[in-house]
Formats: sequence, C-alpha cells, structure tokens
Amino acid sequence: MSKIIILIVGILLIGFIIWWFLGNHEIEENAADINFITDRQNIDVEVKGGYSPETVILKKDVPATINFTRRDSSNCLDRVVFPDFGINQILPKDETMQVKIDTSQVGEFKWVCGMDMFHGKVVVES
Amino acid sequence: MKITIRFWISLVLSLPMLATMILKPLTGWMLPGSKWTMLVLTTIIMALSARPFLESSWASFKKHHSNMDTLIAVGTTTAYLYSIYAMFTGKEVFFESAAFVITFILLGQVLEERMRNNASDAIEKLLDLQAKEAEVKRNGKFVKLPVDQIMTGDEIRVKPGQKIAVDGLILTGSSDIDESMVTGESMPIKKEVGDKVIGSTINSNGTLIFRAEKVGDDTMLSQIVELVKKAQNSHAPIQKLTDKVSDIFVPVVLIIAIVTFLVWHVLVGVSIASALNFAVSVVVIACPCALGLATPTALMVGTGRGAKLGILIKNGEVLETVNDITTVVFDKTGTITVGKPKVTDIVGDNKHVLQVAATLEEFSEHPLATAIVDEAKDQALFIGQAQDFKAVGGQGVFAKVKGQQAFVGNEKLRHNFDMTQELQQKMASLQDEAKTVVLVGLDQHVIGLIAIQDVPKETSKEALNALKVRGLKTVMLTGDNQRVAQAIANQVGIEQVIAEVTPNDKAKQVKLLQENGKVAFVGDGINDAPALSTAEVGIAMGSGTDIAIDSGGIVLVKNDLRDVDKALALSKKIFDRIKLNLFWAFIYNILGIPVAAGVFYGLGLTLSPEVAGLAMALSSLSVVTNSVLLNNAKITSKVETA
Repeated sequence: MSKIIILIVGILLIGFIIWWFLGNHEIEENAADINFITDRQNIDVEVKGGYSPETVILKKDVPATINFTRRDSSNCLDRVVFPDFGINQILPKDETMQVKIDTSQVGEFKWVCGMDMFHGKVVVES
Repeated sequence: MKITIRFWISLVLSLPMLATMILKPLTGWMLPGSKWTMLVLTTIIMALSARPFLESSWASFKKHHSNMDTLIAVGTTTAYLYSIYAMFTGKEVFFESAAFVITFILLGQVLEERMRNNASDAIEKLLDLQAKEAEVKRNGKFVKLPVDQIMTGDEIRVKPGQKIAVDGLILTGSSDIDESMVTGESMPIKKEVGDKVIGSTINSNGTLIFRAEKVGDDTMLSQIVELVKKAQNSHAPIQKLTDKVSDIFVPVVLIIAIVTFLVWHVLVGVSIASALNFAVSVVVIACPCALGLATPTALMVGTGRGAKLGILIKNGEVLETVNDITTVVFDKTGTITVGKPKVTDIVGDNKHVLQVAATLEEFSEHPLATAIVDEAKDQALFIGQAQDFKAVGGQGVFAKVKGQQAFVGNEKLRHNFDMTQELQQKMASLQDEAKTVVLVGLDQHVIGLIAIQDVPKETSKEALNALKVRGLKTVMLTGDNQRVAQAIANQVGIEQVIAEVTPNDKAKQVKLLQENGKVAFVGDGINDAPALSTAEVGIAMGSGTDIAIDSGGIVLVKNDLRDVDKALALSKKIFDRIKLNLFWAFIYNILGIPVAAGVFYGLGLTLSPEVAGLAMALSSLSVVTNSVLLNNAKITSKVETA
C-alpha cells in the first residue's frame, strides 16, 4: 500500500517538474527609464537565481547602462557575458556593476551567465 | 561567505566522518557520539557551506529556472532530510553523503574559479604593459606626463630602455625596438625616421622623438585587447547544442532521479534508503558544469594564446569554418611579395653603376628610385651630389655628376648614349624574368643596368609549402600581368595564378573559387576588403599600426605569411579542444547517469553519492584544465622551419 502511495507521489512530482520548468511561463520584462535631462537610460537588474528582469528593453541611440547587482552567492552567476559586445563583467556579490550597452543597432542581444546556464536579453527598439 | 572559506569549513567537518568511514570496517572505531555527532557536523555544513546552493536554487526555482545548484541542493537536502528521518525511526543514515558531496563540489569550484579567472584576465594584463608616463613636449620643453594626457600630435621623447607610450611616427633618431608584446615577433626591429612605432613596445638602444598619432582606445594594443575580449566571449556555433540541452537538462535529470527511485523501491523492492542513494547519485553526477564550461574556456584560452602570437581570431564561428577550408587565395602585392620594389640584379661595374644611379635618384620619390637608393645605402656606398637635376616624367632623371652628363631611366631616355650589344641582350633577358630594368648612363655611355622587382618575402615559399603539406590548394590573385605573376608564383610555389584582376574583381574571383569548396582569402585588408568579406575566412595581414581589424575573421598582426599556417593550426587546435571537451562532458553524463542509477548493479558497478560528487568535481576541473593546457599546446606547422 505504502508503495502505491509513493508511486503516485513520484508520478505527481514528475508532472509538477514538467509543468513548472518546461511549461510556458511569463517572463519578467522591463523597459529602461530614460532620463531626458541627461539623455541616458538606466535599468537595474537583480541577479538572484537568474535575472530580474530577464528582458530589458532599451531605446535606440540613447546611451544605456544596465546595473547588475548580484545577490546570489552561486558562482554560476559570478559573471555576466554579452557575446555580441565582448563584455565579460565580473559581478562581485552585493556590488552594483555598471555595464554600458551599445544601442546604435536595433535588435535582440542575449546575455548569459559565466557558465551559459542562465540567459537574459536586451532588446533595442527604435 | 567566500567559496574558499565554505570549502574549508566543509572539509574540516567532513574529515571525522571520513575517518569513521575508513576506520570502522577495519578497526571498529566509531565516531564519539555516532549519529548525533554526524547530525551536528552535517547540519553545520548544510547551514554554512551549502546554504548558498540552497538559496540560489530556491531563487531560480521561483523563476521557473534550474541550474546545477538545483541539482546540488536537491541531492544534498534529500540525503540530509532523509537521514534525520531515518535517525529517529532507527534506520540506516547517510549524513556523510551530503557532507562529502558538498566538500567535493566546493573543491571543484574553488579550483575552477581560480583557473577561470587566470584564463580570462590574461588578456587584460596586456593593457598593463602600457607605459604609465612619457616625456611629452609642452611649450618647447619635454616634461613627464601621465599617458592619458597625451594628445595626438604631441611630440614624445623615448630614451633607451623605455617604453613607447602610444602609437606614432618617428621624427628623429633610430633604434631597435622590441615589439614582441604586440606582434609576437621575437627579434627587435630597426626603426628610423618616418617609421611607425607601436605603443607599449620597448625602445632598446637609441633615443627617439616621435609624434603621437593614436592615443587611448585608438592605439593598436587597445584595439587588439578589445578584439580579443570579444572573441573570448563569443559563441561558437557548436555551442548551440549545449545551449538547447542546458534548458531542459536539469528538469530531465530530476525526472530520471525520481524514476530511478521509483524503479528501485517500488519495482525492485529495495529499502527507501538504498533507492534514495541511487537517486541522489543520479542528481549529483549529472551537474552540467563541465558541459557549460567546455566551449567558453577553450575559446578564452585559445584566442588569448593567439593574441600572444600575433594571431587574432575574431570569434568562435571563424574557428569552426577554418576546419572546412580547401583553398587559400592570396593577394600578391604586400602579401606574398614585400610590396616594396627591390634591386635584384646589377649589370656592369656593380659599385660604380649603383653609385651613379643613387646619386641621381637620391631626391626622387619614385618607388624605383627608392629601391636604388636603399640598395646603395645597404651596400654602404657613398652617395655623391648631382647638379642640374631634371626629372622626365615616366622615363627617369637627368643630371650632372662631377661635371659629366648622366641619366637613370628607361630606354627612351637613352637618346645618343651608346649601349653595347651585350647589355642589350642582358636587358632583354632580365625583362623576360619579369623585372623592371633601368639603364644607367654616364658620359655618353650606358655603363650598366639595374633590375628591380617586387621580390617575394623570404618566408613566402616556406609558408606556401606549409599550406600545401596541409593539403590546401593555393591561388594567387594579382593585377599584374601574367608574366610577372607567373614568375613570382614559380618562385614561391603557388599552384594557380589568376593575373590581371582589377581590385574590384577580386571578390568575384573568390566567388568563382568558392564553387569548389570553402575559401580563405589572405590580403592586406585595406584594398582587399570586399574579397576578405566574400571569402568564408578572411585573413587580414597587418603592416605597422594600421591593422585592418574590421575586415578579417583572422587578423595577423605580423606581416609574416607563415602566420597563415600558424593561424590555421591554432584554430584547428582550439576547435579540436572544444570538441574534446564536449565529448568528455557528454560522455561523462551519458555514462555517469546510468551507472549512478544502478543500471549496472548486476555487474557490481555502482556509484555512491560521494563518489558521484567527486567525479562531478573532477569532470569540470578536467575540462577547464584541458582548456588551460592550450596555453602550452604546440602550435607547429607540418613543415620544419628552415
């Protein structure tokens, strides 16, 4: 009897894992604040078990800075890498690191963690 | 808390449990307090050393993400919580599994972090090579200023032994300059007035004054660092596979672990503890660190190594393409040849002929004149003074030397100077060798001939031979006429010559060649930009400070054709290393998971969680080590250096 209960729990757990990790869930998306006085755009990204927000929307041709703050002590996330821009920034824990983004081109630019397990992206819109 | 501290905590606290594990079967020695001591030790490890794993995996769990921390957290907490339950219900415990797994994984991370930092910081260290200050002329006096205050146009003085601060052009002085840190060329290079100098190189023996031409981010070194940084962080297409895998990897592993548990417990009927052991092993061994590290670490180390050799590989994509190249196309002038005409033959009284010619040509700026004057200087001949100097466009120059009428130029300028039959024949035969011949006349006689040719670089033949040994077809494109081109091709051993190609048609020719396979184009990057971008792999050869960084997939800083072969060898090596890394990482998981799940239980082959933890730490470590070893890998062309 106990084995049947364990079996059912196990199968339910598998179902939950599939739904939770592989199902379609909403991704946190944020547009950067544009400071019209300095003509710059800034956005904060918190690094904790991934990135929040995970998608950053920037306006074309406005100099942009993303402020990454790592709250997570996993060394999985100790770097942020933008392959398109050649940026590989170390993120010391609990420090805010500024990453300047070239917004001269419209498009989607991915960023990843040092081990390529976590992903985020910058969308530059005109 | 830093990883190192977390590691030491868990190591020290795990040792008593390790001692028990080893000594109990041998001597019957038991940890004082037994299970209770284990509980306390493991709890401290979980609370201090393992906590970041738990926090991180919980944070990513909330975002529907999973990573290796998820696996570590699930594996160790399962072992830990079950052991507590087992303790109070009087069953077998396995606290030590959780403790050992944490220790081993942290050990792997400590070592791996150190290596990763070494690999990625190497290139930034290049920038530290820059001089900190320089003697800059301000208000007519040389004063010491920090490098960042130098502006273009400033005059800078460099004494022997000092570093050249920025890129510039020598105004006075001459010296041997050690450029190895930028170009990888180990021999010092003699530089004189009018030559370009590169920032961060070392002036060895003369005092120079040069004009700053490029400062700050525009200097060659900054640009190289920028390019290499981009390359190091670029994605190789081969990574797409791991990108896809990494998204679903962890959930799939968790599912496999649950299935493992269910099969062992429900189907086979072993105890919950044993079944859990299998499941935990599966979770621990499957950590995909090695997979994620395989490509980036190799790219990072490999492209950094290239930079030190003066070979800049732009990204991972280029690396992969290089492996499929079948044909290498070269531009002639400046690539295979020196790009500067040189005197090859002198007919007549060698010294006298050259001396008269050089005297006449000294102030001419024609490339042929430069070749003659250079040759005279090389032979340390005294160059006299000419009077009544008169240049005839497209023909040569007339002047008086020591009161006698003299000329240097082509046949048309000979007028009534007489010329022996022998010289006439000699001239024809030199022309057949595709050389430009100038006549030297003095006092109504043609006293000799000078043959001038844009000669191949000394290393071209060897370089082309190396490519041939590699099994590549070599082709030369040139705007020259067929005869000259063929003569050069024969000298250096080019297989196919396509002559009389206008610069605009070079790209078209490359396209035609592409019908038979993938093509690499080697050119100087300035005139050949369209051809460079048409070819699958564009290899731009630099000369001086104007490296055409944007035009090629591979940029050779040194103007040495042998580096083409070296670049190909290096690219292949890096790519092979990536494949090897991926192979090990995959094999490791593919074999490791079934073993951990107990599939080979019947053969007596099982994996306890702590061994899985050790193996998992070793796997990412071995991948990183494998990549770092690229720094020492031999990059040899298949031909012995002459």
